[in-house]
Amino acid sequence: MTDTATAAPSVLPDGWEMVIGLEVHCELHTATKLFCACPNRFGDEPNANTCPTCLGLPGSLPVLNAQAVELAMRLGRALHCEVKPSVFARKNYFYPDQPKDYQISQYDLPTNEHGYLDLPSGLRVGITRAHIEEDTGKLNHVGGGGRIHDAAHSLVDYNRAGVPLVEIVSEPDMRTSEQAKEYAAELRAILLATGVSDAKMEEGSMRVDANVSVRRIGEPFGTRCEIKNLNSLRSLGRAIDYEARRQVQLLEAGERVVQETRHWDEASGRTGTLRSKEDADDYRYFPEPDLVPLEPTAEDLARIDAALPKLPADRRAELAAAAGVEPTDGAVVIAVQRDLDGLALAAIAAGGDPARVLTHVEHNLAVEGAESLSPEHLAALVTMEVGGELTATQAKTVLAEMVATGADPASIAKAKGFEALDTSALEAIIDEVIAANPEEWETFRTGDDKARGKLTGFFMGQVMKASKGQADGKTATAILRAKAGL
Amino acid sequence: MTGHPTAVEIAAAVRRGERSARSVVEEHLAAIEAREGEVHAFNLVTAEAALARADEIDAQVAAGQDPGPLAGVPVALKDNLCTRGVPTTCSSRILEGWEPPYDATVVERLTAAGAVSVGKTNLDEFAMGSSTENSAFGPTRNPRDLARVPGGSSGGSAAAVAAGFAPLALGSDTGGSIRQPAAFCGIVGAKPTYGAVSRYGLVAFASSLDQIGPFAATVADAALLLEVISGHDERDSTSLPEPPLALTDRLDQGVEGLRVGVVKELLDAEGMAPDVQARTRAAVAALEAAGAKVDEVSVPAVVYGLSAYYLIAPAEASSNLARYDGVRYGLRVDAPTTGEMMDATRTAGFGAEVKRRIMLGTYALSAGYYDAFYGKAQKVRSLIIRDFAAAYERFDVLLSPTAPSTAFPFGAKADPLSMYLNDVCTIPSNLAGHPAISVPYGAGDDGLPIGVQILAPALGEPTMFQVAAVLEASLAAEGGAS
Repeated sequence: MTDTATAAPSVLPDGWEMVIGLEVHCELHTATKLFCACPNRFGDEPNANTCPTCLGLPGSLPVLNAQAVELAMRLGRALHCEVKPSVFARKNYFYPDQPKDYQISQYDLPTNEHGYLDLPSGLRVGITRAHIEEDTGKLNHVGGGGRIHDAAHSLVDYNRAGVPLVEIVSEPDMRTSEQAKEYAAELRAILLATGVSDAKMEEGSMRVDANVSVRRIGEPFGTRCEIKNLNSLRSLGRAIDYEARRQVQLLEAGERVVQETRHWDEASGRTGTLRSKEDADDYRYFPEPDLVPLEPTAEDLARIDAALPKLPADRRAELAAAAGVEPTDGAVVIAVQRDLDGLALAAIAAGGDPARVLTHVEHNLAVEGAESLSPEHLAALVTMEVGGELTATQAKTVLAEMVATGADPASIAKAKGFEALDTSALEAIIDEVIAANPEEWETFRTGDDKARGKLTGFFMGQVMKASKGQADGKTATAILRAKAGL
Repeated sequence: MTGHPTAVEIAAAVRRGERSARSVVEEHLAAIEAREGEVHAFNLVTAEAALARADEIDAQVAAGQDPGPLAGVPVALKDNLCTRGVPTTCSSRILEGWEPPYDATVVERLTAAGAVSVGKTNLDEFAMGSSTENSAFGPTRNPRDLARVPGGSSGGSAAAVAAGFAPLALGSDTGGSIRQPAAFCGIVGAKPTYGAVSRYGLVAFASSLDQIGPFAATVADAALLLEVISGHDERDSTSLPEPPLALTDRLDQGVEGLRVGVVKELLDAEGMAPDVQARTRAAVAALEAAGAKVDEVSVPAVVYGLSAYYLIAPAEASSNLARYDGVRYGLRVDAPTTGEMMDATRTAGFGAEVKRRIMLGTYALSAGYYDAFYGKAQKVRSLIIRDFAAAYERFDVLLSPTAPSTAFPFGAKADPLSMYLNDVCTIPSNLAGHPAISVPYGAGDDGLPIGVQILAPALGEPTMFQVAAVLEASLAAEGGAS
């Protein structure tokens, strides 16, 4: 096991910290749109998936998609929210991508409230709310380089209009861009595990906006800016760091931060003003009279809970307990991320040494087909390692072969002629190597740590060469040091 | 009353093969031809389509099939009901050239029942008004007196029935838009329970108040039409999970022992004309004579109905009418930017009353004003529901005038506030979501029709129609057909 918690250098001057909250929009993985029977599908011919309702034609009415509600509530339970009676509301603003010039969303009575998300690093981030709303259409600007400002005209594609979304709003609980990225990644893992969304940041089915402010440590929250257009975890991290530094520079120069929405430009690596709060819309929210309130019953919640898969945090806890390590252990986190925790658990249950099992999962199984590896074979492999039948290097080679062929480790090792040297044979080889290199040996024995460090590598190379790679490096080093009286 | 055959008579004759649907439609088209020029009930008469449809009905009868309970009956549709491939204008310039790609649920149900649409009727623009003077295509005239308004907003539908252009018409009622024109034109008009009739395909004015309902010359015809269009529709989330209303078999049951409450606050409302009060009292007397137990009742919160309505309805309208932005359909006035195009389109496309209500509603929903206006109005709405519930513990139905006066001359209510006061008796039922019906009950001092309104609790239509039928019969017995 390795300790992955290397402290990142702070991006802010001493005494400052950033405060981050995220708003994440996710498209719900439903067959049809939120309020009509049109397919919820990406990539079709423009306006192929439209009807009177999602085009907002006069006289049309919305009918709520039960599957969307089910998925939203499932997410709510996965985020430990209170899943409550809720009311849809109209958010009124004029924009051509919005067929009705209002968006059906939820306002003061959202479906999910007051939850939390436990990050792999151990930080618990509060979930303010996770509410249901409809997506807008998409504008395609023609001419002028595709930007709205100098386009000759714009075309509207309403295929996305009315696609069901959940908006997940976090508390401002994060203090570094790393934590924000971790939150987004963990949320994505939950969305995938629960089947709530396919959560593709590149295709826009998961869209992250960051609220960033800075403060001198211990002081109240500062003025925040919202950053949009973050299309990858990398953009998210870069944008937050840039924005926080920008705000600190302003404050240190005696200026103030203006509350506004800012746009991240990936190419220049900067954020720029999109719109300031002063000219923000008054959305004139009011309860949507075309829909009735949503009232989940105890049966609904029981059904949703029963269908809820094991969540990443629970899976980390389970594997950590089985392996006797902390849930924040890097190998545990990676095992769950790669969906290999089931394999690891089964291998440990089959008698495999937990530490070696985790090491393989963390370092040697980032390959296709790893998930179909037999846990019994993995357990047998690490048992051979522990028993000295295979060196670590040999075990890695055997493991790759196991993944590729599905064969058992003993027969692979035999076919490859891998038989770990027993200690006496290894000692004999080391004696030969010492005898062949008397000057180096003398320096190794009497020299300083630096020289000895260099020569350790030299002697190991010689030993591996003489043993045709069958020596166990750790054991050989130990024997070498013992012979030098260290 | 109009001397024309009723829908019940027409449908029976067509179903039995005694009359052809074509002859029925031709007769009504001839009536339209004769008087439409002076009445202007229609935005569009679909004569050819109506005749083609009549031939289909006749072919069905000839083939031994039953075209349905409205076989061959001409129906006029308010022009805010979507009709596939037929322009639907809401009497607004902003919907210029728009043809819906779909039929409203009520239109589908009419078709399935064998009815024949003869055209789209005039209205106050987007149903905002009480006189049909706010139509972008010119006002409709009251067939009883061409110098007077027919009422509104469904003035075209009311006038079409009163003029004998069609035995039946559909209107929509947000604050009285069916009942008040029915009263002004001397016919029957009903607003059903909220959710009893699907709103799918009704161009929205105020979604929480709008209901589609029937116009007819007789109570039985109105009941028949409401039966056909009512019942659950999964395309409207506010549609009640109820089967179609059963009304026609209840009409002869009388009012013996029924408890009828006369709403004091409405009978004595400010500006209530004495002749209207007199005819309402005459109706009370008739019901008592028929065996009903009548008493006065106070429903205190109804006096705040008008104020609450003129916040809630414009608020919802400001949102419902946002979509008319020139981007997708209807009028577009070009301008350099999208925002300017939207401004120019809406400025040119909407009339003064629509603009007034959009501004009222936008203001009522604005940050910082919501609680004082929209929020407060919703509380009044709860109070009205509560007060009605108390009244219905003691009474089966309630009674009031429909409108404060008979039909007024064109231009008489140029001040918007005096126009709004016309709705004082009808608005409470919309706020409560309850049904109400206006039945002609004689004439005022000027010889023009007066309507009496019967109010009932949610889904109380059967009893409400039962009472209406008794009033209709008593008026006939009085020899008082106006």
